[in-house]
Amino acid sequence: MRPHKKHYARRLKVADNINTDYVISGRYKFKIQDPKELAKHIFEDIDPDFAARVRDGDVLVAGENFGCGSSREQAPQALKTAGFYAIAAKSFARIFYRNAFNIGLMLVECDTDFIDDGDELELDIEKGKIRDTGKGLVFDVKPIPPTMKKLLDDGGVVEHFKKYGGFKFEQV
Amino acid sequence: MGKTIAEKILSNHAGRDLKAGEIAICDVDFCFGQDGTSSIIIDSFNKLGLKKVFDRSKFYMVIDHSAPSPNIGVSEIHKKMRNFAKTYDVNMYDIGCGVCHQLIPQKGHVTCGDVVLGADSHTCTYGAINVFSTGVGSTDLAITLASGKNWFRVPETIKVIVNGKLPKGVYSKDVILQIIKQIGANGATYKSVEFYGDTITAMSVDARLTISNMAVEMGAKVGLMEADDKVLKWVGERSSKVPRPVKADPDARYAAVKSYDVSALAPQVARPHAVDNVSDVTELSNVKIDQAFVGTCTNGRLEDLEAAANILKGKPVHPDVKFIIAPASKEIYLQAVKKGFVETFVKSGCIVVGPGCGPCVGTHNGVLADGEVAISTANRNFKGRMGNPNSFIYLASPATVAASALKGRITDPREFKKRL
Ligand code: SF4
Repeated sequence: MRPHKKHYARRLKVADNINTDYVISGRYKFKIQDPKELAKHIFEDIDPDFAARVRDGDVLVAGENFGCGSSREQAPQALKTAGFYAIAAKSFARIFYRNAFNIGLMLVECDTDFIDDGDELELDIEKGKIRDTGKGLVFDVKPIPPTMKKLLDDGGVVEHFKKYGGFKFEQV
Repeated sequence: MGKTIAEKILSNHAGRDLKAGEIAICDVDFCFGQDGTSSIIIDSFNKLGLKKVFDRSKFYMVIDHSAPSPNIGVSEIHKKMRNFAKTYDVNMYDIGCGVCHQLIPQKGHVTCGDVVLGADSHTCTYGAINVFSTGVGSTDLAITLASGKNWFRVPETIKVIVNGKLPKGVYSKDVILQIIKQIGANGATYKSVEFYGDTITAMSVDARLTISNMAVEMGAKVGLMEADDKVLKWVGERSSKVPRPVKADPDARYAAVKSYDVSALAPQVARPHAVDNVSDVTELSNVKIDQAFVGTCTNGRLEDLEAAANILKGKPVHPDVKFIIAPASKEIYLQAVKKGFVETFVKSGCIVVGPGCGPCVGTHNGVLADGEVAISTANRNFKGRMGNPNSFIYLASPATVAASALKGRITDPREFKKRL
């Protein structure tokens, strides 16, 4: 993991309860299978220009309950493929949370009200901090459970499984 | 310290004593995918490089979301599923069988005390028959398909107690919409919800499934109920598996306890574009509708079709309304034919489509035009859910939907008092 790399914030016009239908509409998930194609359509129904603004290494910033709704894994997959390094939100819906770590996409829970679109961010997962360098603000990030960190380090649950032939978590 | 239903079922499947907050590896009794999620299940399973699935009797694939296929892309996904089923000798419910969440309990694949994972968010439906069932993504499902296990964070539990005799024209759908309004779309995130109270006890098992189905709309992982005699009979008639009913201990620890009295509840309607945006039906009587839909894993069962048929019988659907009906399974469809409901629907001017998800998720069978308004018995009304982000979806009970279809605007089913 690259804890100190600089990232830029991408914020949506909507903050809370962004569901997986908004991440990638159901009408695409049944038609398109290629994640690169799906990535071009993220958030199309709520912010049509959004996909074009995303750069590699950006951090997606949202409010409460990000990723609620359907279990479609195309949602985190499309976001990862679009180039997001991580998603920072006040809270995540649980299926989305599992799916993201399973495919190796980092989620961080923290106060996000202070972050505006385009802000430069630094994420330090080991210390549990997120810093808005332009504003000089630092906030705590809720610790990522060791199980999830392990999945991220292994590159997702499939790689984890291949490596160990099953689940290998400490104290589980 | 006493335990909740979730703590007990997960402890039984982890082989050790668990309490809320712990992460554990648990055995999974049954798992499945549908046609929107199975393609990635197959890809992830293939990446694992295994020669066979963990246990072919514990896995099904269901083609229900876009069935029959409306376009080439979907047809390719369906073909991929059929090929995988042949190669790995696994079971499928192909087009025309019904919605996964109806088929899995109805066909007896699950029983009280089981742990079940589905690659679909409404897998929480079988909580009503005392099953710890929850939705996961495709890769999660592939891991379970390969190993028979998965990791679980043992959820905290909110206890919801619902008391009072439901007034005529008010149903389990109205109860759960009201609860979601109170708790909020995010109010039970990561948590288990346990439902109790004399209103629940008085409900049929089908009506209870509607409630557990929508637990995820307040963020919950599971929506559990105890197995009473009605549940044990229902499960016993369908499944040869031995039920292991699980009750919470009297001194179980709850994150919150909420009580509701529904004896004066009005029919409820969720307004666009959020499921917790709920009003009494009476506040919405000036909303004109273009489409009505009865069906889905929430309200596509026989008693739902019956409630709609009773209101429609002998009356024409409003000329400006397209009314689509999708029975939740083939068996329900046949019963609806036998009981004359299908004849009632067709004579009233409804379109009865094949068993499956119907227009619920906007891939086929009734996509809305710009500016159109639908009233539906489904569980989600997110922007774009029925295929068009410029349309508007209201959610209600089958009776409210049928009454609205007759009048061409959102209508209180109690206006048809003699037909309830
Ligand atoms: S009926 Fe609707 S909510 Fe239920 S499984 Fe099908 S698409 Fe999902």
